[in-house]
Parts: sequence; structure tokens; C-alpha cells
Amino acid sequence: MTETKSSNSGSAEVWITGIGLATSLGEGLDANWDALTERRINVDEKGFAPYIVHPWAPVNLDTQIPKKGDQRQMEAWQRIGTYAAGLALDSAGVKGNKEILGRMDMIVAAGGGERDLAVDAGVLNAAAAGNSAPGFLNERLMSDLRPTLFLAQLSNLLAGNIAIVHGVSGTSRTFMGEEVAGVDAARIALARIAAGQSDIALIGGSHNGQRKDLLVLYEFGDYNLKDKFEPVWARQKQSGFALGSAGAFLVIESRAHAEARGAKPYARLTNVVADLSQRRQSGDVKTTLEKLWSELGNLEDGGAILTGATGAEPATSEEQAFLTEHPDFAVRATGTMFGHTMETQFPLGLALAALSISRGALFPPTDSSGVEIEMPKPPAQIVVIGAGHWRGEGMALVEAIK
Amino acid sequence: MTASRDRFGRPIVVVTGMGIVTSLGAGKTDNWARLTAGESGIRTITRFPIDGLKTTMAGTVDFVDVEPRSSTGLSERLAEMATEEALEQAGIGRKGDFPGPLFLAVAPVEVEWPQRLELGRAATGQQLDYDDLLRVSGGGQYAPYHRRFTFGSVATYLAETFGTKGSPISLSTACASGATSIQLGVEAIRRGETDAALCVATDGSVNPEALVRFSLLSALSTQNDPPRAASKPFSKNRDGFVMAEGAGALVLESYDAAVARGAPILGVLAGCGELTDSFHRTRSSPDGKPIIGCVRKTLADAGMTPEQIDHINAHGTATPENDKMEYLAISNVFGEHAKQIPVSSNKSMVGHTISAAGAVEAIFSLLTLEHQRIPPTINYDMPDPTILFDVVGNKARDARVTAVMSNSFGFGGQNASLILTREPI
Repeated sequence: MTETKSSNSGSAEVWITGIGLATSLGEGLDANWDALTERRINVDEKGFAPYIVHPWAPVNLDTQIPKKGDQRQMEAWQRIGTYAAGLALDSAGVKGNKEILGRMDMIVAAGGGERDLAVDAGVLNAAAAGNSAPGFLNERLMSDLRPTLFLAQLSNLLAGNIAIVHGVSGTSRTFMGEEVAGVDAARIALARIAAGQSDIALIGGSHNGQRKDLLVLYEFGDYNLKDKFEPVWARQKQSGFALGSAGAFLVIESRAHAEARGAKPYARLTNVVADLSQRRQSGDVKTTLEKLWSELGNLEDGGAILTGATGAEPATSEEQAFLTEHPDFAVRATGTMFGHTMETQFPLGLALAALSISRGALFPPTDSSGVEIEMPKPPAQIVVIGAGHWRGEGMALVEAIK
Repeated sequence: MTASRDRFGRPIVVVTGMGIVTSLGAGKTDNWARLTAGESGIRTITRFPIDGLKTTMAGTVDFVDVEPRSSTGLSERLAEMATEEALEQAGIGRKGDFPGPLFLAVAPVEVEWPQRLELGRAATGQQLDYDDLLRVSGGGQYAPYHRRFTFGSVATYLAETFGTKGSPISLSTACASGATSIQLGVEAIRRGETDAALCVATDGSVNPEALVRFSLLSALSTQNDPPRAASKPFSKNRDGFVMAEGAGALVLESYDAAVARGAPILGVLAGCGELTDSFHRTRSSPDGKPIIGCVRKTLADAGMTPEQIDHINAHGTATPENDKMEYLAISNVFGEHAKQIPVSSNKSMVGHTISAAGAVEAIFSLLTLEHQRIPPTINYDMPDPTILFDVVGNKARDARVTAVMSNSFGFGGQNASLILTREPI
């Protein structure tokens, strides 16, 4: 039956059964886990100087995107995401399963694609040389833009490429809006499965931080980390984020659906909540985080928190003030290790939470400020936090399956 | 009808407020009068020079201006106008305090040429490149451009202005975006998460680069003269769609909540469906199966049979590909009935409002139900002999209409359909 069921049909338990990671630390769960436990960080302080970015670790694209023609139709952000989505489907054991993929729902959190920097520069230089004839911009764009570039830039074409390359073709929705788009993708997918409107979904996003056009946008707000890399909690002197490069996707499904096909879960996705603080007064972000925390569910002491804290101010300081009120939670800021991957940071946090629970350990701190403490026991509950650099706040509760 | 749940036991979702802006005008009254009179909103572009362009006309909303000018700024203003009208009609909540979430369909956002050229003028260098732009971008003088050109900016503004609850969702499913925004609202009410949802879809993106992008994909009509004759859905000589601007806003409520507060019930969102086409980035699967599946899912979601649909508000873009595939899919699902259902495409008059189209056309579908009058498909002078729809050609038609199917299909394999009825089924 395709029709949605009654909202009072009960609340289904939802499991994370697939994780796909292709990040600046490497490809796959083992490579990322090893890097995290060895406290390795991959930053480029020179290529975009004075800006710092986390470059994507190269992969053999052919293993997930077999057709060269498909690879050529995408820009880097789409290749990263399509690659990571393939890893998630492999991890869930549904790759190539046409019956499941044909009814799998998909919610992608996306920004937009790379501009052709040479074309832009060509127009600017022609303008600087005094070319101001009517239609000069039209003529340059008509002759210089690659016809298919638009498709590599369109936000919903990451989902489109995942459908084409991997056959995920139940439904396809793309959420935009920076960090909180990743929260809402998980929130809506979870709500639909819990209410019986859906059985299985692919959620996630991808981001390419090696982009000067994005640096310009964030430089408008002075958000870029410059000159010297520091962990997220040690950026008081110079706030900001280093753009990261990552694809992070998860397969989530109802417990009943997973059990029926014999799928092994990594963890349970128990709850996702989100809000929009107006951030008019100092403390607004902290107040919103407190409210979201109270909505998450039954939290036991001594758990862990994975936060996508950006390093941008004032949000990061307010989040830190919130965290100090939960001193027995072991905190990890994913932005230190992976950089800030914007729409992808929250799905990345969910992926790392599920991975940590399945490995029975939280990875070690990468911070000397004292915010992050060791966690000696296996985590049973991990709260994932995503407070946007400018707007949008969200939280999720990921738990070990009882 | 007194039952407050549908045959599947879900809360019935009704529409209690609508607002619309298109190239035909602002508001339901003007739009409906002009639409049913067969007027075109397509005109030669005057907003920017058209030299060097293959397509020189569009359905621009020229009677609204924003300062500083940007497509995202115009999208925001159009959405605000449509929302104000919808909220006034619904009479829900208090000013600045809407009791539910916002689902916003909006075009992808990026820094635009006027701002990029402004940076270029501020930069210094023999041969400008992005490093030169980066050197002048910081320091706060361009901080408003960060606010303007982040993807969440329009939703944030609307959420703060109208006081919607929770995290506002900005979404894009290309040309199906408007339908998806409505679908998200329907699903939230059916889940019992909320009694009301604000679904808004907007697009103000007629700018040089957007036009060039579609032009390079050979998607646009180039029959520029006269502009009003460019958009020719279901005609043999159709040659592409016409870009257009507009916005639609709908207040959705559970039937119970609407009745409890004595709200006007303008129609029912009886069913929604979507199914992805994984064939190609811009073309439909030649067998039409994904569109067929989408239409079938929508009928199943509404618990209706094809015979119960008595009008189709077509996607009808007037590209050679779309109209052919839409007919193939509809005739497959509806059989002989497909030739008897009156079909019309609003895009013949307002153009293709892209991200807004699904909501704009849902509103026109609801107005069709209200007035029992089907708007025409203008420029229908040379019917495509392979498309055997009963096209409502050139003149509006009075008809008994109880259920309308509204279709939206977009790049990236996005297919979404809605079924709207006057009364609960």
C-alpha cells in the first residue's frame, strides 16, 4: 500500500541500518574511525590562504559512480554526495535491490553547486576593461557557460544523481537552508517512518569546502577561519569556521522493516527536534538549545554529545555556555576534525554517533581547552547538536538498541 | 459531510486561505478574472538588456520592485504578498503568530551578478580572479549579502514576519517544488503534529543567468514575437516553456480545526503522490512509468478512481517532451476516460513559475472548483494530433468540477501530483 496510514497508528521504532562516509579523513567507516582514534586532522592552510579548508580525501570514483559520463555530469559536491550515498546503500545491504530502492524515500540536505570561476572572472575583467555595452553579460554567458553546468549546480540534482546512479527512486525531496537543512531532513524522514508514512529512507548531504565562491559568501559575514588552524573550542581570538568536504548519508528504516529483511542496525534514531531562534538577544541560542534538550526524551547522565558547533560567534560561545551546564557529558566538536560541512554537518554527526555506538566507544577528544573530556565507557546515548552559524538549531538522540 | 477523517482514518486536510501573485497581477480576484478571460502575462523583458539572448520574453512580475534588486529579494517579497493575502482570508492566529510550521518552496539561492560586479569594481588587480574578490568581501561592508544569499534567508524572513512555529523548511524539487511544499504540510497534519501549516512557493528568478541557463538546455520557447503567443501547451508548434515569476500561499488545516473556529473551507487536499524518475537528469523515462506511478500513487492516496477526476490542471509546460509524456502517462492511467476529461495548462498565460508553479496551479485548481469554470489554454490554434486530450482551448469553459488533479514534473526526475476536491470525499 502506498497511501499513508493514520497518524494514530503508533510510533514505530526507527533504526539506522546504513552509514556512508566520504570525508577529508577518508572513505568508509574504518578509515574515518581510524583517523578519529588517531586524532588525525586533514587541513589545507596554503591552497586557499589565508583561508583554511579541509580537502576531500581522494577516492576511486568508479567504485560507486561506474559511468564516466555520470561523473562528468556532476561537479565535485555532487560526486562527493553520490559516492557517499552509494556507500550508505552498500552498508545497509540494499545496493542494487530494485524492489527496496524503487520505494525508498530520499531527503537530501543541499546547498548549490560550484560556479565556473573562469567564466565569472572573464566577465569581471571585461567589465573592468570598460565593456558596458547592453547585453554584454548575456553574450558572455551565452557563449562561455557550459550547457550542462546548470544541472551540476541545481540543489535538487544531488538527489537526482543519486536516483540515476543508484536507483533510489521512491520519493525525492531536497531541503536547503544551511546547517538546519540537515536537521530537518532527518527530522521529517524520522517522523514519516515513525508515523507509518514511510518504511525506509536515505538521508544525508554533501559539501565541497574547496570552493572560492563559497568562501566569498561566508567572507561577507566574516565567518571564515583564517591563517592558523585551531580546534573549534580554541577560536576565541579568531572566530570562524574552516569549510570542510564530506559526504554523509544514512539509511534509516522502521525496526519491523529492518528485521523482516534481516538488516543489522548500528543504532536507533530516537528523536530529532529543531527550532528557529530569532537570535535577537544574547542568550537566545542557549535558551533554544535548552528547550530542544528538554524535548529530546529521557536522557541519562554520563552520555555523549557530538556537536556541529561551527566556531562562528556568538553561536559557539552560547552553545559552550549551554554545554557547561551538562558537565558530565563527553563532548566532541566534529568541526575540529572535519571542518564545517554546512548542510552535511548534522548528518555527519548522526553518522558518527551511530558509528560510535556500534563500535562501543566514543573516539578521543581533539581539544586541549577542557571542553572535551575522555569517555571511558561505551556510549548508550549520544545527543547530536547542530546550531547554525547564522540561523537554525537542531538536536537528535541516537541510542544503542536495547 | 461531517466525518473529520478520511477513509484511511487520517485527519482530512482542508484549505482555509489562499494568496497569489503572478505576471497577471496580485491577488486571487485579478488573477482569476484575467486567467479566465484568456489574458497573457508574458511580455518582452524590460528589467535588463535582452541583446544577445535567444529568448527575450518572460512572465515577469514587473509591478513589484525591491531594493536592492535581486531575484531572491523579489522571491521573498512575492512570497510575503501571497502569504498576507492567504492569512487575511483564513483569519487564523494573530498577526505575526501563525499556529503551525512553514514549508517554503524557493529557488536555489546564490550571489547574483549585480553584487558580483559590485565586488569586481571594488577589487583591484590586473587580471581579476576570485582571490581579488575575497580580499574585498570581508570587513562587514557586505554583511547584508551574506544574509540575502544564504539558502535559508527567505524562509527565515517569512518565519519571523508571520510567526510560524518551529524550524521553517526551505525545499527544492525543481518544477515540482510548490506541490512538494503542500505535500509536506498535508503529511504533517495527517501525522497529527499540527492543526495548521503554511505552505508557500515563490520564484522571482527571471535574471540574465537564469534565462541563459535554461536557454542553453534548449528548454525555452524562442518564439519571442508576440510574447503572448509564445507559450503553446499541447500545440503542434510548441517549442519550449516561458520562464515566469510568481508566488502562491496556502493555509492548510485539519478539517476539525477549521470547523471548530468557523473558518471558510475553500477545498480539500484529498491526495498527494510523488515518484522519482531515475532515467535522466532532464528527460522522462520513455515508457512514462515514473509519471504513471506518480499519478497512480496520488489516486491511491486519495482513495479515488480515475473516473472520479473531472479536470486535470496539467503541468503542460509546452516543451515538446513534457506535453507528450504527460499525455502518454495520463492516457495510460485513465484509459478512454483521458479523452473526456477537460485538461488545461495555466502556463499558457502565466508562464512557468518554476519553484512556485505547483502552489500557483493548486490555487487555480481550487478557484476552478469554487467557480465551476475551467480556465483556458490559450494559443491552442494548432492542436498536436498525437495528444488527444480534451484541451480547454482558448476560451474558458463552464463545467461541473468536483475533483481536480494538478501535476508537476521537474528536472532531476521530480514528479508530484495533487488531488483537490470541493468537499471531503
